[in-house]
Amino acid sequence: MTLISNLINGISLGSVYAIIALGYTMVYGIAKMLNFAHGDVIMVGAYISYLSTTALNVPPLLSVLIAMVVCTVLGVVIEGLAYRPLRKASSLAVLITAIGVSYFLQNAALLIWGSAPKSFSSIVPFDSISLFGGDLIITSEAIVTVITCIVIMILLNLFTKKGKMGKAMRAVSEDKDAAQLMGINTNFTISMTFAIGSALAAVAGVLLCSAYPTLTPTTGSMPGIKAFTAAVFGGIGSIPGAMLGGILLGVIEIFATSYISSQLSDAILFAILIIVLLVKPTGLLGKAVKEKV
Amino acid sequence: MKKSVRIASLIVSAFMVLTALAGCGKSDGGDSTAIKIGSIGPTTGGNAIYGQAVKNAAEIAVEEINALDSDIKFEFNFQDDESDAEKSVNAYNNLKDWGMQILMGTVTTTPCVAVSTESNADNIFTLTPSASSTDVIGGQPDADGNIAIPRKSNVFQMCFTDPNQGTASADYIKNQNLGTKIAVIYNNGDAYSTGIYQKFDAEAKTLGLDIVSVTTFPSEDTKDFTAQLNAAKNAGADLLFLPIYYTPASLILAQANSMKYEPKIFGVDGMDGILTVDNFDTSLAEGVMLLTPFSADAEDEKTQAFVTKYKEKYGDTPNQFAADAYDCIYALYEACKAKGITSDMSAEDICTALTEQFTDPSFVFNGLTGTDITWKDTGEVSKEPKGMVIKNGVYVGM
Repeated sequence: MTLISNLINGISLGSVYAIIALGYTMVYGIAKMLNFAHGDVIMVGAYISYLSTTALNVPPLLSVLIAMVVCTVLGVVIEGLAYRPLRKASSLAVLITAIGVSYFLQNAALLIWGSAPKSFSSIVPFDSISLFGGDLIITSEAIVTVITCIVIMILLNLFTKKGKMGKAMRAVSEDKDAAQLMGINTNFTISMTFAIGSALAAVAGVLLCSAYPTLTPTTGSMPGIKAFTAAVFGGIGSIPGAMLGGILLGVIEIFATSYISSQLSDAILFAILIIVLLVKPTGLLGKAVKEKV
Repeated sequence: MKKSVRIASLIVSAFMVLTALAGCGKSDGGDSTAIKIGSIGPTTGGNAIYGQAVKNAAEIAVEEINALDSDIKFEFNFQDDESDAEKSVNAYNNLKDWGMQILMGTVTTTPCVAVSTESNADNIFTLTPSASSTDVIGGQPDADGNIAIPRKSNVFQMCFTDPNQGTASADYIKNQNLGTKIAVIYNNGDAYSTGIYQKFDAEAKTLGLDIVSVTTFPSEDTKDFTAQLNAAKNAGADLLFLPIYYTPASLILAQANSMKYEPKIFGVDGMDGILTVDNFDTSLAEGVMLLTPFSADAEDEKTQAFVTKYKEKYGDTPNQFAADAYDCIYALYEACKAKGITSDMSAEDICTALTEQFTDPSFVFNGLTGTDITWKDTGEVSKEPKGMVIKNGVYVGM
């Protein structure tokens, strides 16, 4: 029973990582950049949802929508102000800028909302499910997170495979210059990618804080790093890969804590990552791209 | 090549002369009648809540003292260190340039270990409100009886040391018969948490308390405690000892609740503050017990006056960091008065006099965090921890 209970907890933690990883992987797959500010957009999303429920008394589900709208705007603004001017610059410059944006968001949050932690009330309206006479408890947040994660993955996959916008995104991801020659507005396409990624970040923020209800300006940074790891683990750029990587990461983390050593859980986690990358450098589901010289 | 080296050395030496001159100018200026107290702590970053509390409370105390009809006046200068040891030492050097005569700080442990070594070398009297590790005062033997850091004779603490809290908690649990099977979850990335756990463990073994599960987590940013709670639950623990700060503690309470696991919870002074978290469901903390020197709900006149003033000025309920800082400034005031310290004395002379005063067994201080407070030669404070339990969202004495 402990095993199943740990497995469920692992999947629940992993699906939070997976939703965050979806944002990383999408932006990387299309814009070919690591948006390290993604974790902090999550934090902003959680604060917006928190403030709209506590200060404006908005119902929880509507607060998620508000958070999504605010984060979408924030994502597009960040992309336009910080990343678009660097489109032709080296990838290192973009990476440093992303880290700068991350620090900017954290410190702006510190200035606006203060450093004292806030307690986030869960947006999930129903109670935990108790099975086998209370031996096995599945929290309501876990159920909602897992379902949301699967739904988002399916929708994203459909969107990038079927829609016109999705096709444009794939074209930009394959060859930016050729896509432009074919009449695709690459700047708009990349903006859209950021918009979707940031809306996902808002959902991730709300789910993260529903499951783990403390909210501080640094809330997004550690899950952000773990989710980035998950995206690399699953094969960065691949949508099912992000999902798989996230869930595996969560399960490994919980199992390592319970069965090996709570002191070594992070060390074990990253050791597994290194081994996977040594054996399969593109990650579990990543495709190897041949460089043409 | 040679020429450029010569020019560079000229520039460097010109710069050195200038800074030396600037230093001279500074030490002549300033308010000549007030004793300069410097303080360092995080007012930004993850631990900002602690530094802010210390700064606010110390400012209230300094204001009150300066309004008194007394020869002792204080000038207070607080510097931010973001709880980072390197930034803290830089802040310390800034304060020395300012002409600091006494250091009230630093607020958090890791920076304080670094800064107290500096202040020890410089002979500047140091009283920390809240840095609780024994590495801050030095001179404490480790498990093998070796003294890794020699006693820093100028450094004193207003808060309990970590081992002190661990031992006191185990004694309290034993004496009050609070639990038979004990589980511990602590932060093994934090000196404070680990220090308390080690002493708790040692004391529990001598007392014959049964510790059935010990699990750790690596940092304050940890979000998921389900594995740790499952381990405690499966071991059948009926009391959960949490020698950790309140941010992870609030997550543990919430997750234990959603797992429908309801052990008794026993915390230490880091748990204080849990009720002030915005929007926190205080019913989760119902029945949580903790040892703390200060409670904002205490009925005595002194506490009530301080709490009212603090709320008026900063719109917040003061925590024990604030109370410890307030006590620090008043303890310094009483010691300065007893020794007749004046602002024209050098920092070294003040240090010698204050060290003498603090180690004098007849120096007894009454403050917000306790009555009949005294200090040992080791730098540790001696005061009684109070057992508190949370009932209906407020602290009640046990």
